[in-house]
Amino acid sequence: MKTFITKIKITALLCGITGFSVMAVAGEMKDAGSSGAGQNKIEIKDFAFDPQAITVKSGEKITWINRDEEPHTVVSVEKQFKKSTALDTDQQFTITAGAPGTYTYFCSVHPKMTGTIVVVKP
Amino acid sequence: MSNYISHDHEHDGIDRRGFLKCMAWAGTGVLWTISGGVLVSKTLAEVAKTGSSLPTATDLSFLQISDSHIGFNKAANKDVTETFKIALDRINAMHTPPSFLIHTGDITQLSKPEEFDTFDQVLKSCRTKDVFYVPGEHDVLNDGGKMYRERYLKSVEGKGSGWYSFNKNGVHFIALVNVLDLQAGGLGQLGDEQLEWLEADVKDLGTSTPIVVFAHIPLWAIYPQWGWGTSDSERALGYLKRFGSVTVLNGHIHQVLQKVEGNVTFHTAMSTAFPQPAPGSAASPGPMNVPAEKLRSMLGLTSVQYKQGKTALAVVDSTLS
Repeated sequence: MKTFITKIKITALLCGITGFSVMAVAGEMKDAGSSGAGQNKIEIKDFAFDPQAITVKSGEKITWINRDEEPHTVVSVEKQFKKSTALDTDQQFTITAGAPGTYTYFCSVHPKMTGTIVVVKP
Repeated sequence: MSNYISHDHEHDGIDRRGFLKCMAWAGTGVLWTISGGVLVSKTLAEVAKTGSSLPTATDLSFLQISDSHIGFNKAANKDVTETFKIALDRINAMHTPPSFLIHTGDITQLSKPEEFDTFDQVLKSCRTKDVFYVPGEHDVLNDGGKMYRERYLKSVEGKGSGWYSFNKNGVHFIALVNVLDLQAGGLGQLGDEQLEWLEADVKDLGTSTPIVVFAHIPLWAIYPQWGWGTSDSERALGYLKRFGSVTVLNGHIHQVLQKVEGNVTFHTAMSTAFPQPAPGSAASPGPMNVPAEKLRSMLGLTSVQYKQGKTALAVVDSTLS
């Protein structure tokens, strides 16, 4: 657990240093079941993002959880937010929504899998 | 018991315009035939016992293994290392050992160093030492294939993201990479750089040179809805259509499927780890759970024989049951 907290800090620090704030201020992978998952949840199941399209407010967290027995990734088509590493079964990935706009993403392992995030003003 | 499909055919010549389409399903025991085809039905285990069935006078024989997914531990197969070992035992039991192996990708489940280590360790038990690789998407998950290339391209001159070619007994082998830089909404992809290399690679070869192409994702559109195809494979096949014999060997879909189109034979191999559903037969292409006693009948490997003077290569699948 200590390692995990340290990793988050480092990620946040790096994001701060590089000014990486278009969309994600922090993206981190962790096992499902741990605290901190936001209310905007996207399940990855049967090689699809569910819901496929989601509308969130700036500053809200978005969390993907992989429910397949196959690794999947979450990658911004226009590289607008930090990509996940490969998520194994029940692993999750969280970003924080940035500026309003429409963001498309896909699974770089199974590129047929695509999804959309619409970010609106809070 | 054996669910065995064997296939040995020759075409009449390169002018043949007939479109022959054949599909074989592993595990269902369906046998199919094509014009001029010869069907044989024996498992490799039986061959090892009698030593009589696999042609011994062939000029070249090699073996395809695929989709070992070392590290996978879900219900579809709790011990993929063990089934991989069994596949190697089958190879070691062959009376005439193959000249070399090809592995058509997904060595590991999650591209982890320890998974690659386990694979390498187990592979040491194989009597056949030469192995030629192409990566699966599971082998290049987080580093664009860097670790894969460092480990598995030592004996070849890999270009770009790891493609290469080599010659054995007058047969030209082409190893292609179609699991990197995939585009949103798309399929497997070769990319311009690799395609240009391919065009140049075969340019000076005579049309009678037998060609064997291997890559992870099928180079024909099996089921695009599940990503089972390669977006720019038509261009690759265009460079190969003047050749009298082209054999395309793929993995990825964990089942035997075959199509013959003109002088090109497309073939996909079984996995040594777990089966996947037939195209469109399930909600997703994820691992298929089958009863434990049935699992090994849906895993397997593929033996390929080339005999001088014959046009087509004989492609023989056998299960681990």
